[in-house]
Amino acid sequence: MKKIIEAKNLTKQFGDFTAVDSINFDVQKGEIFGFLGPNGAGKTTTINMLIGMAKVSSGQVFYYDENVTKIMKKAQKLIGVVADESNLYAEMNGFDNLCFCGSLYGMPKIEREQRAKKLLETFGLAEFKNRKFNAYSKGMKRKLTIAAGLMHNPEILFLDEPTTGIDVASGRHIRELIKKLNKRGTTIFLTTHYIEEAERLCNRIAFIKSGKIIKLDSVDNLLISNKEKKKIEISFAEKKFMEEELITELKANFGKLDCKILNQKTIEFSGKNDINIVPLINYLDRKEFNVLEAKVMKPSLEDVFVDVTGIELKMMKKEKEKK
Amino acid sequence: MRALIPFWSILSKDMKNYYLKPPNISWGIIFPFAWMLMMFIRTKTAINIQEVFPGIVSMSILFGTTSMLAVTITFERKARSFERLLLAPISIESLVFAKISGAILFGIFNSLIPVLVAIFYFKLNISSMFSLISGIILLSVVSTLLGLYISVAAKEVFEAQTYSNFFRFPMIFLCGLFVPVLSLPIIIRPLSFILPVTYGVDLLRNSINGIHIFQTAVNIVILLGFIVLLFTLSIYNIKKKWIK
Ligand SMILES: Nc1ncnc2c1ncn2[C@@H]1O[C@H](COP(=O)(O)OP(=O)(O)OP(=O)(O)O)[C@@H](O)[C@H]1O
Ligand SMILES: [Mg+2]
Repeated sequence: MKKIIEAKNLTKQFGDFTAVDSINFDVQKGEIFGFLGPNGAGKTTTINMLIGMAKVSSGQVFYYDENVTKIMKKAQKLIGVVADESNLYAEMNGFDNLCFCGSLYGMPKIEREQRAKKLLETFGLAEFKNRKFNAYSKGMKRKLTIAAGLMHNPEILFLDEPTTGIDVASGRHIRELIKKLNKRGTTIFLTTHYIEEAERLCNRIAFIKSGKIIKLDSVDNLLISNKEKKKIEISFAEKKFMEEELITELKANFGKLDCKILNQKTIEFSGKNDINIVPLINYLDRKEFNVLEAKVMKPSLEDVFVDVTGIELKMMKKEKEKK
Repeated sequence: MRALIPFWSILSKDMKNYYLKPPNISWGIIFPFAWMLMMFIRTKTAINIQEVFPGIVSMSILFGTTSMLAVTITFERKARSFERLLLAPISIESLVFAKISGAILFGIFNSLIPVLVAIFYFKLNISSMFSLISGIILLSVVSTLLGLYISVAAKEVFEAQTYSNFFRFPMIFLCGLFVPVLSLPIIIRPLSFILPVTYGVDLLRNSINGIHIFQTAVNIVILLGFIVLLFTLSIYNIKKKWIK
């Protein structure tokens, strides 16, 4: 496979603050490459450096092995960008917005009108083509913004949190479109803070935290690395108990397992080896826990992420929603 | 040909979205009339067209161009749509050129009403058509570039408007629009000479054989110098401040 982008020791400083800290990665032609990390991790800043919207403090950016760090304009015809906020013209309708974007890349009138029509259909926006952009709903805006990034048929599309702040159905639609687009050959660089999204879409993922890439691998490898880890969730009818007391007791009886009390209805056990479920249930039964269900949990990217970054997922989501 | 597509597209988009909107067109028509009326009331007699012509034409151009750039540049940057232009594979110089072309044409359009009224109604005698045309064009370009320079520095539309008022109003007095520069107190005259509008107004004075300081050619050369300087400075600022 060919490298389309390569970042070498890419660094961005804002004054004394290092937003992106000497990161290295490449994006292969034809893949969906994911950047996964919490707020302020440096995802947008990295994209900005790769597309020429931010100056690189140190390090280099290569497109097809050519160092374009100082001559970003040279790479820009390959690039389509969908920013984290809609940035189309509020007073112009959907169709004109797309045509205008195409014209910036030198597309002749007939060509851009055909392309705009086609994209409006693909994105399910054909009937709204004459509606002003600022009268679009949030989901429609996001779709049109993606369509705008595709007008000139870029080789690589940057998507900065394409589904944040959008309802479930539109989110799914957008994910399907991304997949289709990728099947037809467009390389995709995607940032997200939704683990499931990264897991479902990406070939390779970089976990980024405080400006550093903590782990970078294919989704399959990331999951394998976590396969040894077994996890069982046992739920019971609600019961009052003292958490600390129970943990100490469980530790004493099942020393090899890690126990985590999720709430007054569920306990999670995890360990390196297969977990024998019978003694656990028997024990809980004796303690008059009314056990309802025992689930063997599949290894998920979520666990890998939590393990590697030490960031609890709930925290990440909560912060996003605040925003 | 393909290279011209973005240029035309940016220009025609701005024309359609901003310049050709009824409020802006009518501004270009009403504004000069309002000034002529004010002059008329002030002097309480028939206007001496020879005296007020350079001033009214310059004002129309100056206010028309600078007020539009606050919208086409500062507003688009705030709304982030300007990013689209910066992301396109067009040099920053050419996209800025496309952006200011609309304002230059708008400035020229704004000067038409007072010029036509002066010539056809007041029978003003134009002694040099060349000075008049080059004066209108260069004044439009130079005041557009002043507006560009200000709009690039501003973060908000209201900031751009405040800054440009900060320049525009003193310029009415400093640049010889209604009071010839040479009759200003000698200590403030240096200020007049560092402001490009002074030379544009002087060109208009050349065209009607009014009281002027320099010959046509001198004014043109100085104005061209200012144009190069302001354009270069604005591009430098965009590259430095907008692409952080
Ligand atoms: N122009 C700027 N000046 C100073 N600091 C900045 C600037 N832009 C970003 N930062 C800082 O750099 C860090 C990384 O920001 P960035 O926007 O890249 O994060 P992100 O991963 O995209 O986060 P989010 O999920 O919220 O979009 C943050 O701490 C942010 O405050
Ligand atoms: Mg971001």
